[in-house]
Amino acid sequence: MAKNNTLKLKFDSSRNLAPAPESKSVAKIADRYELFINGKFEKPSSKKYFKTINPATEENLSLIAEANNADVNKAVKAARNAYEKGWKKTAPKERAKYIYRIARIIQERARELAVIETLDGGKPIRESRDFDVPTAANHFFYYAGWADKLEYAFPNRNPQSLGVAGQIIPWNFPLLMAAWKIAPALATGNTVVLKPAETTSLTALKLAEIIQEADLPPGVVNIITGAGATGAAMVNHPDINKIAFTGSTDVGKIIQKAIAGTNKKATLELGGKAANIIFDDAPLDQAVEGVINGIFFNQGHVCCAGSRLFVQESVYKIVLQKLKDRMESLIVGNPLDKNTDIGAINSKQQLEVINKYIKIGQQEGAEIFQSKCTIPTKGFYCRPTIFTNVAQSNRIAQEEIFGPVLSIQTFRTEDEVIEKANNTPFGLSAGVWTDKGSKIFNMTSKLKAGVIWANTYNKFDPTSPFGGYKESGFGREGGLHGLGAYLKV
Amino acid sequence: MAANITIPDFSIAPRIDQVGVEERASRFTKRSLKNETKINGLKLALNMIDLTTLEGKDTDGKVKQLCYKAMHLHDAYPGLPTVAAICVYPSMVGVAKKALGDSGIKVASVSTAFPSGQAPREVKIRDTKFAINQGADEIDMVISRGKFHQGEYNFVFDEIAAIKEVCGTTTLKVILETGELGTYDKVRRASDIAMYAGADFIKTSTGKIAPAATMPVTLVMLEAIRDFYYKTGKRISMKPAGGISKAKLALHYLVMLNEVLGEEWMNNQYFRFGASSLANDILMQLMKQKTGVYQSADYFSND
Repeated sequence: MAKNNTLKLKFDSSRNLAPAPESKSVAKIADRYELFINGKFEKPSSKKYFKTINPATEENLSLIAEANNADVNKAVKAARNAYEKGWKKTAPKERAKYIYRIARIIQERARELAVIETLDGGKPIRESRDFDVPTAANHFFYYAGWADKLEYAFPNRNPQSLGVAGQIIPWNFPLLMAAWKIAPALATGNTVVLKPAETTSLTALKLAEIIQEADLPPGVVNIITGAGATGAAMVNHPDINKIAFTGSTDVGKIIQKAIAGTNKKATLELGGKAANIIFDDAPLDQAVEGVINGIFFNQGHVCCAGSRLFVQESVYKIVLQKLKDRMESLIVGNPLDKNTDIGAINSKQQLEVINKYIKIGQQEGAEIFQSKCTIPTKGFYCRPTIFTNVAQSNRIAQEEIFGPVLSIQTFRTEDEVIEKANNTPFGLSAGVWTDKGSKIFNMTSKLKAGVIWANTYNKFDPTSPFGGYKESGFGREGGLHGLGAYLKV
Repeated sequence: MAANITIPDFSIAPRIDQVGVEERASRFTKRSLKNETKINGLKLALNMIDLTTLEGKDTDGKVKQLCYKAMHLHDAYPGLPTVAAICVYPSMVGVAKKALGDSGIKVASVSTAFPSGQAPREVKIRDTKFAINQGADEIDMVISRGKFHQGEYNFVFDEIAAIKEVCGTTTLKVILETGELGTYDKVRRASDIAMYAGADFIKTSTGKIAPAATMPVTLVMLEAIRDFYYKTGKRISMKPAGGISKAKLALHYLVMLNEVLGEEWMNNQYFRFGASSLANDILMQLMKQKTGVYQSADYFSND
């Protein structure tokens, strides 16, 4: 009889499928994009443009305008003007119509948006097609429904809009984050100045085209592009009433300092280092799939990624074996290929960060395992990676890596894993895998995280609030809670 | 080898999460097979078919025609593989065996009071012996679902073991009739019982009960096979049957097989489709790949 430890399943052929690329022809990308201010595309007063590239091939896609202080000022003025002169007084049901219209145009142009999202950001087309774009449309649909029902959302109050919202979004879900931010702001009667991340501006600018097509009054949504300095100009602009930021904890702290002592409201959705916890009575194969989905979804560029796996010791070996087998069947490569599971890392800079942590993990004495897949020579790629033999005191267990890198630890009792899971400055999300309902309720009431999934992971819905504890930020987006963030109640 | 295998407590067989397993199964359907991969997959699927006729009205003539079809799937497309086996009732085994001659196509016979399995064990054993004496290469037995639901797992186990003893070296496929089991937990439990009791194949369905084979059910069984392999070193084969009539769906199953058990299972020793109308749809797709256009169904023989 074969010794158990020599048995091995072979998955090479499952990764070697004939190419099945999605056609690029639907993606119309202009050579140059201007700033979307007051309903028109305007040249930046900075006269500067920066390149945006396809991280999968390192090829240039387009040039993006860089907004300076003057441009930011112009955009905020346009938003203020639109707010005072019209949007504030627009009947709620009329606001809803515009939001519905945006949602429907997103659906109509879904394929184009998905391809551009993949080209610009590196995420697999399967995800941009099946997740990012449909969920973005759903957010607009959902908040369109709330626009004329705000007094029911907050009974016996008189909910009032805030004014101009400055919104800064990250590069991991460019279109979806824009939807998360814009939809509730419009539904509650605010006007918007939104800045996408500098590596992924294209779908936000496509959204600007959609907003134009939807005939939204000029200035209600302004989309300006640029890097950190542009964002800083927004945060420091005196005529902005609210800052909504999704991004790193470091930048979140800078924003907190900048707006301290002002009247600006803020919601911050920052980093995470989520615990994904597997008990020995869990449905193990589905738990392993949840781990895969938790850490390798969107190349691990997910603030709520399940980047710390805790496995009860009695099932540790079998879970690890299943996890490794599953990793071997993941297809890494051209994000436009419909079979790709893990696409390109968003930028060279981010790839360097991930590689730095992989090195740190090895130096800390953790054991590394990477799947055997080949990766393209051009572009920014990282093999799916797990570390075993990890302790709480390891940096790879403490710091957010924001890549396809998982740290695995074991535990013995419920109390032990709760303590370990909460032993982090972050508190965005967590996952619990068990067949026992009472254990789920015990865990979810004791874990300090804004979102906790039971027997699933990385599920998002417009009706469900999302946000963090501790250094993962404050305020909630999505659902009824997401309305409150844009209202005086 | 068998001596090294510890029989587990089947009442604590691994639990399956319905939402998770269905989501995972649907993920396989997102794979897009093109060109060579598609053609190879279609040919492989063809070669994995147990071409089946299991009707009360089966006659010698019908079975002979089906056997001819098995050997000559579509002569307009040279170089095609044959199907793996013909699957018939015990009374038709002799006819099929003779008709297939030395083609290499196996004769599988259902047995043990197929499809309900509601008969005494002696009858089931005689049924099986008869089929083997007639020349059956493979036996497709049904488990006693009633006893299974009563929690009499030892009864179910012993019955499978008894039939395996009658089979000897003849391949034994154990039909769980998953459509009557009700939950994925029970599918997993029945799979474990069958494998530990000596099954060479585990098979989803008789084709007489809806739902028959589904991707999630098959996934649960493939995962059971994988766990059994890691525990014992023994490779068990899989046969989804019933409801797989389209080439595209067959390809989804192959993607699933490849990603759960790997390439060593990608042949007809370890995987079969129990189907009657699947072959023609695959042939139609193969001709489409070859000529670029779909042909009328009238160009493909119905036997």
